[in-house]
Amino acid sequence: MKPLEFEKPLDDLYTKIDELKQLSQESNIDLSTDITAIEKRAEKMKEDIYSSLTPAQIIQIARHPNRPNTLSLAQLLCEEFTELKGDRCFRDDPSIVGGVGKLGPHRVMIIGHQKGADTKEKIKRNFGMPHPEGYRKGLRLMKMADKFDMPIITFIDTPGAYPGKEAEERGQAEAIARNLKEMIGINVPILTVVIGEGGSGGALGIAVANRILMLEYAVYSVISPEGCASILFRDASRAEYAAEKLKMTANDIVELGIADKILKEPLGGAHNEWGAIATSIKNALLEELDDLLKLSKEEIKNQRYNKFRSFGKFKEPKPA
Amino acid sequence: MSILDWFNKNKLKKTDQASRLDIPGDLWMKCPSCNDTLYLKDLEQNKKVCHCNYHFRISPEERIAMHFDNGSFEEIEPQIEAIDFLKFKDTQSYEIRLKKAKEKTKHADAILIGTAKLNHLPVNIGVMDFSFMGGSMGSVVGEKITRIIENAIDNKFPLIIFTSSGGARMQEGIMSLMQMAKTSAALQKLADVHVPYISVLCDPTTGGTSASFAMLGDINIAEPGALISFAGPRVIEQTIRQKLPKGFQRSEFLLEKGMLDMVVKRQNMKDTLSSLVKTLNPHYERVAK
Repeated sequence: MKPLEFEKPLDDLYTKIDELKQLSQESNIDLSTDITAIEKRAEKMKEDIYSSLTPAQIIQIARHPNRPNTLSLAQLLCEEFTELKGDRCFRDDPSIVGGVGKLGPHRVMIIGHQKGADTKEKIKRNFGMPHPEGYRKGLRLMKMADKFDMPIITFIDTPGAYPGKEAEERGQAEAIARNLKEMIGINVPILTVVIGEGGSGGALGIAVANRILMLEYAVYSVISPEGCASILFRDASRAEYAAEKLKMTANDIVELGIADKILKEPLGGAHNEWGAIATSIKNALLEELDDLLKLSKEEIKNQRYNKFRSFGKFKEPKPA
Repeated sequence: MSILDWFNKNKLKKTDQASRLDIPGDLWMKCPSCNDTLYLKDLEQNKKVCHCNYHFRISPEERIAMHFDNGSFEEIEPQIEAIDFLKFKDTQSYEIRLKKAKEKTKHADAILIGTAKLNHLPVNIGVMDFSFMGGSMGSVVGEKITRIIENAIDNKFPLIIFTSSGGARMQEGIMSLMQMAKTSAALQKLADVHVPYISVLCDPTTGGTSASFAMLGDINIAEPGALISFAGPRVIEQTIRQKLPKGFQRSEFLLEKGMLDMVVKRQNMKDTLSSLVKTLNPHYERVAK
């Protein structure tokens, strides 16, 4: 796997360590003190790099091809996960996947974006950019979950809804809008975890939740920094600057009051170690479910409504 | 006198002539569709619709005057204003963009909301203003739409929203995205009390606005020839590397694809709307009693 741009110096150090190890083995010289010293330096460098990431670097991690994905997480988190397919209208959209399983003591419905790992799968899954049928499948599964009283968990990881000809013809805008409206009326708890890229309306279309959690290096934004740069600056090379201005990192999103909680990733990012992040996601979800399942159906709906009703920053003179 | 001066002199003469021939901008208008030059007074009498059926973009005041009973509009919440909470700056700061838009349109933001009468029937209305930062939806637009929906939930009169918007307001980052969910959520509450909502999609309605309240009407109506889309044509052409067919994402195309109930000319809009709200709203009789 190619290292990320900003990890290159670190990668060079690791290569050196490997070379030294090989050398000491081949020529029978004891280099262990040197190796430990360099290993320490590498560890220190990793900490330094990861404690001062820029938004643009965080976006690179959020888009890492080895990020944990919906189907793997569903397998890691759930017993007896069974995938369900199709929107019953047009086709099955592989960019949004879903299914049922058991999370600890709870029967749950899991729905999420799926980008695909290798080139072939990426093409099949359209790089995680859903068509309208993806959102319609999502809504079908949510209504089923409501019917059978199963909490809903959604995983967000998409560059955005697909901007293509067929997607427009089949009503991309309507499909997303319909989900935003109908998710408010769902009687069971909905939990959202942004695991990678939270790309605009394409992300929001399955993210109208009671609780919104974000992995430490996940991002959530109204538009990709590249899109923003080319529209507002008419210059795609300003993406790095746009990434800062848009305030899209997990810290920013929590600070703005949109996300409720950040789930810490292992040093070096979740793409290095799925097991640890899966455990922390599972614990966080169980904790939130414990809270929400104490509420009545009406209270669950009201909590979700009030959360979204409160979003917005503006000034208004106080009534006299 | 050098040869260059001679050239300059001639250049000056030319511009002089051109300015003398210039048609005063406030009397005539050119139709972007058929290229005809139209006498503004005639155009206004024809509700700013060209003889080729091109519907000019119009201000919220013009729209309210055309479609609702004379003097019946009462504005709600005109005092809510946007703030630049992200300190956003592209080629210009958001603060300056807001100031300029306010000076240009004389409005606080990209929508007017209020109550009005439609052939004597009371209705709640929202009218978007494309000339205010492309009609983009930030916190203020989202809040005002939500409040007019809540007004309709209270008074049980139908809701009519005229959209004209490029989508979410990037300068407000994630907060503008959340307005899509907020407005759509409020519409779910409106549906719970069985009050009709008619969405009138005007040119253009795209992005976050079409992917939220604009597409969620019990009845979706569009003005002829309006651009209505999730992704804009330019973005799609870049993605698929093909030219899109003529008329793609225009009102008539969306009607054919089943996204709209009807395409209605501006001249017929008022009567269509009043007939629909009268037929649909189960609350009129009860309120009248």
